[in-house]
Amino acid sequence: MKIELTPQQQAIQDTCRSFVQEHIQPVADTLDREQQTPVELIRTIARNQYLGPFVSTEYGGQGMDMVTVGILHEEFGRGCSSLRSLLTVHGMVIYALCRWGTKQQKAQWLPRLVRGEIIAAFALSEPDAGSDAQSIQTTVTAQGTSFLINGHKKWITYGQVADVFLVFALYKGTVSAFLVERETPGLTVQPITEMLGTRASMLAELSFQDCSIPQENLVGKQNFGLQGVATSCLDFGRYSVACGAVGIAQACLDASLRYTSQRKQFGSYLKEYQLIQQMISDMLTGTQAARLLCYQAGYLKDAGDPASIMSTCMAKYFAAQIAAKAARAAVQIHGASGCSGEHSVQRYLRDATIMEIIEGSTQIQQIMIARYGYSNR
Amino acid sequence: METIKEKIRLFLHRHVAQAGLDDDQDIFAQGFVNSLFAMQLVLFVEKEFEISIEDDDLDIDNFRSVNAIAQLVARKKAHIQG
Repeated sequence: MKIELTPQQQAIQDTCRSFVQEHIQPVADTLDREQQTPVELIRTIARNQYLGPFVSTEYGGQGMDMVTVGILHEEFGRGCSSLRSLLTVHGMVIYALCRWGTKQQKAQWLPRLVRGEIIAAFALSEPDAGSDAQSIQTTVTAQGTSFLINGHKKWITYGQVADVFLVFALYKGTVSAFLVERETPGLTVQPITEMLGTRASMLAELSFQDCSIPQENLVGKQNFGLQGVATSCLDFGRYSVACGAVGIAQACLDASLRYTSQRKQFGSYLKEYQLIQQMISDMLTGTQAARLLCYQAGYLKDAGDPASIMSTCMAKYFAAQIAAKAARAAVQIHGASGCSGEHSVQRYLRDATIMEIIEGSTQIQQIMIARYGYSNR
Repeated sequence: METIKEKIRLFLHRHVAQAGLDDDQDIFAQGFVNSLFAMQLVLFVEKEFEISIEDDDLDIDNFRSVNAIAQLVARKKAHIQG
């Protein structure tokens, strides 16, 4: 057993870290306040090949392994969870097309998605269907050579700017997946603002009223949309969120190490106090443990191992909690200024709370992991 | 074919909440598995039998039972060898 990054993975991490430090970290608090991601920043991310790097070179990607993809998502999460969530949702749709798209769909969509010419969003949740994805009510009916979509989607990350949506809807009694372009007549996009965290991720509510799409926009087979397509997308999403949560925890640790080395109270630096050292040691150990769970999940993904699915659940479950714990400690360490706009730690705390809800809440992960435990005795 | 079925039975036995499934029993219709299981099953079939499940194969009917999975594996292997 050897747990260390290859020189190539290390080099990609270093480059990505520099990119995030130069282009994302300095503006992350502003984006959070303004609840916006500038289009130019998305283009910069695309130019640096961070959109869908796992896509094969045949379709314009780099054929990157999933351990390295996870490293990139950690680095983005360290700088800005909203932009990490862009990599997540855009990546989920790309992943669906790579895994289950037809040759024609791959050729039509993947190169443009990788170049960032179009942005994709994942549209599963509805006003009355969150964790219980099987209860979605959006419907699709066949009409000649087209499909008609009717219904609503909610909490769609980057829905405000997405050019194409992977929409899950009921077709012939089962859930199927469909690509719907933004300009489709009958599709209305309503921004959602004032979210607690990942505030720059430009959430939207979508309304479909007799939206007509070509039948070739069906992704995967008609009767396997939820268990096949959605589950594989969500698996990628959980992996991305897990790695992003490690990034948040690392950012909390970075900020806390810095602050406790500069701030004096009662005549000593905060780092001299053992109660502070306890918080730092918990943050450091928890972050490293979460990172190792992510590396394991990535390794199993690259090996095509069925155990990768539950390893990813466990990584997401653990890393999201570690991020929330680290963020609470970081705010506590920073005191009043940590609760203000002077420091990013208040953003980390709000973003970490979101990590425990998206791509399967902590409680849903607990149910899945416990069932897995009982079925593998 | 029997070797393929035996490997599938072993995998299902570990993951499906019902012991002694018969080879034609529908694992999806009877609620024996959770939503993540389908992906675990796809990955198992790919890794164990060294085949690639593609978009055309992603039909729930190919994964409903031991017999259905075994037939899919046999078809894919015959295609590779053919």
